[in-house]
Amino acid sequence: MSGMAGITLTDIRLVLNRTTILDGLSLAIPPSGITALVGPNGAGKSATLRVIDGLLAPTSGSLQVPDAMRRAFVFQKPALVRASAAANVALGLVPLGLPRAERRERTRAALDRVGLAHRAGDPATRFSGGEQQRLALARAWAARPGLLLLDEPTANLDPGATELVEALIGEMAAQGTKVVLVSHNLAQVARLAADVIVLARGRAVEHGPTRTTLMSPRTPEARAYFDGELPWTSLAAAS
Amino acid sequence: MDFPRRGFLTLGLLALLGASPVSAEPASIVVASTTSTEQSGLFKHILPAFAAKTGIAVKVVALGTGQALDAARRGDADVVLVHDRPAEDAFVAQGFAKARFDVMYNDFVLIGPKGDPAGARGSDISGALRKVAAAKAPFVSRGDRSGTHSAELRSWKEAGVDLPAVKGDWYRDVGQGMGPALNTASALDAYIMADRGTWLSFRNRGDLAILVEGDRRLFNPYGAMLVNPDKHPTVKAKEGQAFIDWLVSPEGQAAIAAYKIGGEQLFFPNAAATSTP
Amino acid sequence: MTETFHDTFARLATLDRDVVAIAWLSLRVSLSAVAIGLVIGIPLGAFLAVARFRGRSAMVGLLNAFMGLPPVIVGLVLYLVLSRSGPFGPLGLLFTPGAMVAAQAVLATPLVAALTRQVIADAEDHLGEQLRSLGLSAPRRAAVLIHDTRFSLVTTALAAFGRAISEIGAVLVVGGNIEGHTRTMTTAISLETQKGDLSLALALGFVLIGLVVTVNAVAALLRGHAARAYG
Repeated sequence: MSGMAGITLTDIRLVLNRTTILDGLSLAIPPSGITALVGPNGAGKSATLRVIDGLLAPTSGSLQVPDAMRRAFVFQKPALVRASAAANVALGLVPLGLPRAERRERTRAALDRVGLAHRAGDPATRFSGGEQQRLALARAWAARPGLLLLDEPTANLDPGATELVEALIGEMAAQGTKVVLVSHNLAQVARLAADVIVLARGRAVEHGPTRTTLMSPRTPEARAYFDGELPWTSLAAAS
Repeated sequence: MDFPRRGFLTLGLLALLGASPVSAEPASIVVASTTSTEQSGLFKHILPAFAAKTGIAVKVVALGTGQALDAARRGDADVVLVHDRPAEDAFVAQGFAKARFDVMYNDFVLIGPKGDPAGARGSDISGALRKVAAAKAPFVSRGDRSGTHSAELRSWKEAGVDLPAVKGDWYRDVGQGMGPALNTASALDAYIMADRGTWLSFRNRGDLAILVEGDRRLFNPYGAMLVNPDKHPTVKAKEGQAFIDWLVSPEGQAAIAAYKIGGEQLFFPNAAATSTP
Repeated sequence: MTETFHDTFARLATLDRDVVAIAWLSLRVSLSAVAIGLVIGIPLGAFLAVARFRGRSAMVGLLNAFMGLPPVIVGLVLYLVLSRSGPFGPLGLLFTPGAMVAAQAVLATPLVAALTRQVIADAEDHLGEQLRSLGLSAPRRAAVLIHDTRFSLVTTALAAFGRAISEIGAVLVVGGNIEGHTRTMTTAISLETQKGDLSLALALGFVLIGLVVTVNAVAALLRGHAARAYG
């Protein structure tokens, strides 16, 4: 993110099909680094990501995202079209209006970065789950987004693929992309995120640096969630 | 994602493929005639001679008499050739044609089951119809405003049968052309009035046969009319009149007389020396 | 009845140039009509699946209802429109193959649009969010989904072709069943049935079925090849 301001959500309410999903959610996401969103199921983590990306319009409240910020979203299940791997990666470059040569070069580089350049012409549907998620990330990477949103990107992947994806996320953050990551995997959060936001019942209940928040949560909701996810109290082994 | 664009281009070209006419269009006219006339095979026999002589292609649209005249009134045909004198006279009186020309006549016959339960067999159509009504024998009517249908209704009237009064389950109004009506009659072993031409080429006779023929009242005259160009400037008056002229010429009349099915002549030319207004 | 079938096969063996000409007319009229139906119907269906606007579900309902338009009604309306006395009379299309293409296109388009809409809506369910988050415009999203569902759309095209080539009501009314000019398989079959020549009608019927089966087989082959190449 080039701008100085981060992402601010103020008192966001989101009601869908008469269910209140976000109930007065307020948070301030810092402009750089990797921020993790954690919380129990139904807390509204995925909804928050979608509100930030503009996929869902809040019922009330305000959202501030730095102007002209290119966003990329990686879902838990990779959404690829019935075309070649290269075509899928290039799809993310379409709105950028780049000349053809540059589109081709960025696509090639992205496929190369995720180790799938040798299968650029293969139909995306023939790739394994892990490979497909790498393609999704390659697509995000090629667009050089200012903001990368990920919704449990490694939930369905094996450890090898997970490691590859995490490395890529870290690299993009290091190169200036702001990353907001939703994850149930607290070890992953501890590895990657600089700060953690805990959501519960549609609101943000806690926000702080990863280590301190995970090891000594201040709010009861956060404590309950961490206790459930991590039966042991020491994080020394995971960090 | 080039596929949609390429695909649509191909489709666009394909779309043009179908709309082209069957052959390079020389001069042509549309003649509205009746289904029974076309199904008799007359046009297939005589039109090639006309085309060879004048180079004009004749496109025959076969409808019921009522529909044929309506199509002509709308200007969708250049010439009408039908067999319903009252309707033709009305057409001229309404100004849709300037003149009507005698061309030929064929005849109707009364068809019925060989067993003839009503005892209609003979050469008296009026007597036959009275017997059919009295016996309430199954009778199929075309019911479609065609020339044949009008002739049938006239015959009942001439026989003194008050059709609305005696109508019952035995009288089947099918609202269809000659062929389907014959099919129905064949299936029901019913009586039916038909034109000789359709009967001769009808292949699904079942147990039916001709029971009454030769009565002068069964003669069925045809009239040809050119649609009035004053009413519809788009009418091909020159070519249309050329067709009518040919039909009434010795050559056309001979071609009509030469048409036979199973050795039997179907149509009898009767063009007058002058036109009948 | 066995006699009729026996005659039928005999007739099939001797089918002549006239029948070939009639079959070719049926084929090119229906293929053209389907082509028009696809050009109009696919974008229309995709648009209805992707765009969100008030009255959309009403439009979708209407479209689905039009899938069942009776061909003879379409023929009648088009006849009045194309008649010399009608608004488009000067085009001189009545009783020509052009009118028949138009009539069948009117039948094919709602079918294509309604089926396309369903196919794309289903694809949109699991791709829609991602495509929107990529920042693609609505027309571009529609194009991507059309490409993604292209194999299902082939089936849609075949359904439309089946409807077009087997109908008689529309082409009979606007074409006039003129021998040598607008006589198609279906109108010829109807004519021969009316004349009582059932074995010829059946023979023509078999030819028509053969046509339809062949078109479907070719489409299946192409689709199989493409699926193997492009997944």
